[in-house]
Amino acid sequence: MTKDFRIKGGVVNRDKKLNFRFEGKAYEGYEGDTLASALLANGERVLARSFKYHRPRGVFSAGSEEPNALVTLREGAYQEPNVRATVTELYEGLVAKGQNYRGCLKHDLMAINDLMSPFLSAGFYYKTFMWPAVFWEKLYEPIIRKAAGLGELSMLEDPDAYDKGFLHCDLLMIGSGPSGLMAALAAGRAGLHVILTDEDFRMGGRLNAETQEVDGKAGHVWAEEVLSELEGMKNVRLLSRTTVYGAFDHGIFGALERVSDHKKEGSGDVRQILWRIYSKRSILAAGAIERSIAFGNNDRPGIMMAGAARAYANRYGVALGQNISVFTNNDDGWQTTRDLHAKGVNVAAIIDSRSSTSQTAPSGVETIMNTAVMDTKGRHGLNSITLTNGRTIKTDGLAVSGGWSPAVHLTCHQRGRPAWNEDLAAFLPGGDLPVGMSVVGSANGTMTLSACLNEGLNIANKVIEELGAKPSDLSVPKAEDETFATSAFWHVKESKKRAWVDLQNDVTAKDVKLSHQEGFRAVEHLKRYTTLGMATDQGKTSNMLGLAIMAEASGKTIPEVGTTMFRPPYSPVSLSALAGRSRGKEFRPTRLTPSHQWAEEQGAVFVEAGAWLRAQWYPKDGETHWRESVNREAKAVRESVGLCDVSTLGKIDVQGSDTAEFLNRIYANGFVKLPVGKTRYGIMLREDGMVMDDGTTARLAENHFLMTTTTANAVGVFRHMEFCKQCLWPDLDVQLISATEQYAQFAVAGPNSRKVLEKIVDKECDISNDAFPFMACGDITVCGGIKARLFRISFSGELAYEIAVPARYGDSLVRVLMDAGKEFNITPYGTEALNVLRIEKGHATGNELNGQSTALNLGMDRMVSRKKDFIGNVLYQRENLVREDALKLVGFKSVSPNQELLAGSHFIGVDKNNVQENDQGWMTSVCYSPNLESFIGLGYIKSGDSRMGERVRAVDLLSKTETLVEIVSPHFVDPEGSRLRD
Amino acid sequence: MIINHPLLGPRDAQEFTYLGDASMIHRPHWQAEDAIDQFHDYTYLRDNPAGSHRELWFHEQGDRSWLVVTRNTLTHEIEKVELASDVAKAEGRSR
Amino acid sequence: MRYSGFSVIREALRGNKGWKPVWRDPEPQSEYDIIIVGGGGHGLATAYYLAKEFGEKKIAVLEKGWLGSGNIGRNTTIVRSNYMLEGNEPFYEFSMKLWENLEQDFNYNAMMSQRGILNLCHTDGQRDAFRRRGNAMLLMGADAELLTNEQIREMCPFLNFDDARFPIKGGLLQRRAGTARHDGVAWGYARGADMRGVDLVQNCDVTGFVIENGVCKGVETSRGTINAKKVGVAVAGSSGRVMEKAGMRLPIESHVLQAFVSEGLKPTIPGVITFGAGHFYVSQSDKGGLVFGGDIDGYNTYAQRGNLPVIEDVCEGGIALMPMIGRAKLLRSWGGIMDMSMDGSPFIDKTHIEGLYLNAGWCYGGFKATPASGYCFAHLLSKDEPHKVATAYRLDRFKTGHIIDEKGVGAQPNLH
Repeated sequence: MTKDFRIKGGVVNRDKKLNFRFEGKAYEGYEGDTLASALLANGERVLARSFKYHRPRGVFSAGSEEPNALVTLREGAYQEPNVRATVTELYEGLVAKGQNYRGCLKHDLMAINDLMSPFLSAGFYYKTFMWPAVFWEKLYEPIIRKAAGLGELSMLEDPDAYDKGFLHCDLLMIGSGPSGLMAALAAGRAGLHVILTDEDFRMGGRLNAETQEVDGKAGHVWAEEVLSELEGMKNVRLLSRTTVYGAFDHGIFGALERVSDHKKEGSGDVRQILWRIYSKRSILAAGAIERSIAFGNNDRPGIMMAGAARAYANRYGVALGQNISVFTNNDDGWQTTRDLHAKGVNVAAIIDSRSSTSQTAPSGVETIMNTAVMDTKGRHGLNSITLTNGRTIKTDGLAVSGGWSPAVHLTCHQRGRPAWNEDLAAFLPGGDLPVGMSVVGSANGTMTLSACLNEGLNIANKVIEELGAKPSDLSVPKAEDETFATSAFWHVKESKKRAWVDLQNDVTAKDVKLSHQEGFRAVEHLKRYTTLGMATDQGKTSNMLGLAIMAEASGKTIPEVGTTMFRPPYSPVSLSALAGRSRGKEFRPTRLTPSHQWAEEQGAVFVEAGAWLRAQWYPKDGETHWRESVNREAKAVRESVGLCDVSTLGKIDVQGSDTAEFLNRIYANGFVKLPVGKTRYGIMLREDGMVMDDGTTARLAENHFLMTTTTANAVGVFRHMEFCKQCLWPDLDVQLISATEQYAQFAVAGPNSRKVLEKIVDKECDISNDAFPFMACGDITVCGGIKARLFRISFSGELAYEIAVPARYGDSLVRVLMDAGKEFNITPYGTEALNVLRIEKGHATGNELNGQSTALNLGMDRMVSRKKDFIGNVLYQRENLVREDALKLVGFKSVSPNQELLAGSHFIGVDKNNVQENDQGWMTSVCYSPNLESFIGLGYIKSGDSRMGERVRAVDLLSKTETLVEIVSPHFVDPEGSRLRD
Repeated sequence: MIINHPLLGPRDAQEFTYLGDASMIHRPHWQAEDAIDQFHDYTYLRDNPAGSHRELWFHEQGDRSWLVVTRNTLTHEIEKVELASDVAKAEGRSR
Repeated sequence: MRYSGFSVIREALRGNKGWKPVWRDPEPQSEYDIIIVGGGGHGLATAYYLAKEFGEKKIAVLEKGWLGSGNIGRNTTIVRSNYMLEGNEPFYEFSMKLWENLEQDFNYNAMMSQRGILNLCHTDGQRDAFRRRGNAMLLMGADAELLTNEQIREMCPFLNFDDARFPIKGGLLQRRAGTARHDGVAWGYARGADMRGVDLVQNCDVTGFVIENGVCKGVETSRGTINAKKVGVAVAGSSGRVMEKAGMRLPIESHVLQAFVSEGLKPTIPGVITFGAGHFYVSQSDKGGLVFGGDIDGYNTYAQRGNLPVIEDVCEGGIALMPMIGRAKLLRSWGGIMDMSMDGSPFIDKTHIEGLYLNAGWCYGGFKATPASGYCFAHLLSKDEPHKVATAYRLDRFKTGHIIDEKGVGAQPNLH
């Protein structure tokens, strides 16, 4: 039977009852409860199972450091594994279940592992499961993997929405406990732009969990007043439920705001916001985390941190038990005793490992000094403890305090190392703090209330002055300084039973000692060998204990053993939040061509080309296979006229008196002598001699050129040219601007292209073959005065033009052109037909321009000038790049025309084996040529240009197919290029 | 990281594209006798210090300035930011 | 002590009191035949093979920190041999074969798990490139399969097939690829080397080289000068810094690669999966954490930490590819310093200083190379000539143009 552990007091709202379910059972809690406090109030003690031994686990802490109470929250696609019940705000209708068990949570079949524990000591798996080798994947590993892991994903897409945002401030306050509030108030009153964050849903930090007064009133009341003043300040922003999870360079912090995690799913709000906070200064007031003591069976439900027990009593009005005990090595444990006693909870005994203390226990509480707890009993929850003096005490709750460790995590995110402090037996923030960060309060080792308030004010005032503002006349409110004397005590050596160090990963004191015994003595070895501190809590409550036991085993001091690095995130962050809205179709922006809408109306099939969507082909009624459409489109271009949107090509407008010279240095071939009104094909190299890009460049005027780049390289080429201009030749008179998106550009290609254009080009512009020959370019007007540019260039090898108009006219132009071309049956064609046409002409594109090819490989060596300086000219000459048997781009034809070719197949001699020594090159691009009625391809093969007519096998070992191919010229169609010039 | 652009003030490093060692400003002469060696060193052997490093960043999503940023590779502290064209001119690059 | 299931049971029954240290903690001697600088994966593997396969004696590994503290201690544990170029693939396939027999060889369970790697492609061009690569792998004796979408759907039904910005168009699968427990690899090599008499000296910082008349005679360390006939440096991540002490400038830049692990989850994904339209790769560890990563941060750095933009970019790729991991949580991120070479490929070579040898430039792919790198470096150190699968990894290859550029991005280290 469950009992009611709700006691008087606390700041939960007893007028607002909330219904929730855990493990299928219905419960009630209050607004202001966490799932942990509500379950504790209902007498539930077993919330989870440990990782390895599947020991029952209860609530251990009252914060995000929780190693034990991990549950799976919500259902269906909203299901979230590994949720800490201790920070899960209760809401009406909450549903949660336990995880990492087989059978039921109370009676986990996997608990058999606990009996096997002698065989499952630290690192046992490194020593076995090796024979026979194949058994690892087939047998051992699947069993281990199934047993390992904690919670389960739903395997459904996360249905929630997430946002990201940027925030800027003078001062970022991390933590809203007494020192944080004091600092925020000082900075707020001084007029600084302040962001005050706290991971808790209720700001105030330990003030909500303690009974000390501030300024003559309850701590939490003082906190409420300060918060209400801050809330009224325009220059202060309060972010509760917000974890600052990482400190990055130059004062940038990552923070996660849980906007609607405290609501039932489907609330309509975004679930979380990932904030990037840009701060001039930051003050870390993250408090301290209590740590445990290693003694026999210290992992049972009902054993929790003393500070947590106090928080449950004072903040939530929940008792840890009905007859509890306290085990401490410091004065703070006595506070827990007093607080719980004051709340009417029976305290059986306080056991202090020290020989003396200034503290006194409330009357009726037995005080046992110089003694420790060495064992506990109670299968599903504590029912007794045994002391080192042999006494057994009946008790159903044990509050343990091994002292407090400052939460220095964020101070280490930029590889600062914390420094050991002997008085506190704890690591404090070291010297190398992230830029602009100060630390106050218990995070800085300032462990008492009045001192925390003082430090908060003083440090804030210092920051205020450093930022050039004037501190206000705020003074420190009255508060007391409680005692916190501590005497390091980590490990009850008298314990015969296993003593847990890392509760979640089941690392015991014995494991730490075994690690030492086997030579894994460096902190990192300890961590990696035993998995200490690698669980979901990242060792917040366990690392110190592990270090201390290792120090003890090796006869060193704790700082000599060292400390592990704390790394982001401070507490786990959902992957969805880190991705934000960049998912699904919105993963990356989509660029649409000017004719996109028109193409959609035609029923085009689209394909991703980098960020662009381009029409791939335009299926017509009755066409059943994409190749049918593509064949039709490619033939139409060769036979009449086709239309293709080529706006995606990069367009760079280059102007200035040195433009010709500049381009002459960018391109491997000459550009100085290009006449005005002409266009030239150019190839540009990288400095290492490989081909960077190709395209045509038009000289529109003496000092005005328009370059085109491939779609893929538009950004990179532009960047490269700016580099050359600004860094290499800063005095050249050249200006560059990207014009890619400013122009809509269409290829009008085919024997009838001129006839189509003539119908829309204004009369005064003569585009006859004489007036506007192959490679001509110029400004024209179309449709009665619309400015346009015309280039007589051809990718298809046919008589062809590219016409450009300001992008806003693109949609109109495509419609006008289609209309004008009706009588010639003008056919829109997509990237597939474009590809067929260019393969038929032997033009290289992405598959050939793969960054690994030189102009020599491409068969363009003769274009590369030897007479001028240009990027790439020197390293292009390196011996291995100009070798005799270099790869050459040539054409390939199936010997039997109907046999399909595969790009990516490798060329092997006809009677050679399929081994690497016989590998001669590979097929780069293939297509079916409707004009040649054959499968054809381009490819690189050794010395290809001197092997015309030779037959080789194009081998695809992946599909176990091969095709006999003949090496041919890559210019399959009209090799003389006469059609271009008609 | 935040780069204090000499013309635009502090900008997030995300707006920039990184190239590397600012010695890439000093492109050798193509007709030097040992041009291949010089270009080899220029292209492949770059400064890679643990400490202060002069490096080129391109304000790709901004004003398209190339900058020479002097940044500590151990701490990421930025010591100096200059326009690359100014640096190039000061270091003898011209036409 | 030989490890086995039997030894685990026997020692457990004796209260696990009988386990001996896995390695000694020796004082450095004043002289060795061969000194390996760097007790990371490659250094330890080199020492192991020197002792085991090449019969070398009097070997020391000098490690600045703790054994295995190199990049073997902070990687995403992927083992594969899916390279394309002639200079690379035989080497990585040799490595794969060593991996396949590694645990039995050094009697330590490094949890080498051949659950496969699936590289997804999202454009026709990528698929063509995968076919080129897959065929190159098969020609060089590795395994490869080109999968259709239907096959991928069957294997990984959770991938985003229907709402993707860049739809999946196939994938290259190497079934023999997988993951290994990275620390276990370091410890296995260390233990095997120690058992064969190699001195593994921790907390020994090499501060300089003793070079006389162009000959390396030993090293200066934080624990005194140690003489050696040969010195091999295997300190990827710090190669630039260390070789500077020998007056060398390397075709290497130091960059940070971040890696990430989620909280533990029950089995979620089968093997290693890589996204071809963004920077994201992922596997699941035996403990249940999703181990994932993406691109390097992209600027020179020696600080072992990265920044937010890359963290977000990687997670964006992850959610775009597998939207069902959205409610899993990032547990821990870390950064490792990579030797990013100018063509993305490594160096195993003699230097111009006699007696000084270099193993460097592993970019973000050093883990999978560990066995072959150790073996080939040992070969070079012992026989003074390169092993036949590592002949391409020369320091002077950029002068001659023998570039090994798998990605085709040129002399731009942060793009490899």
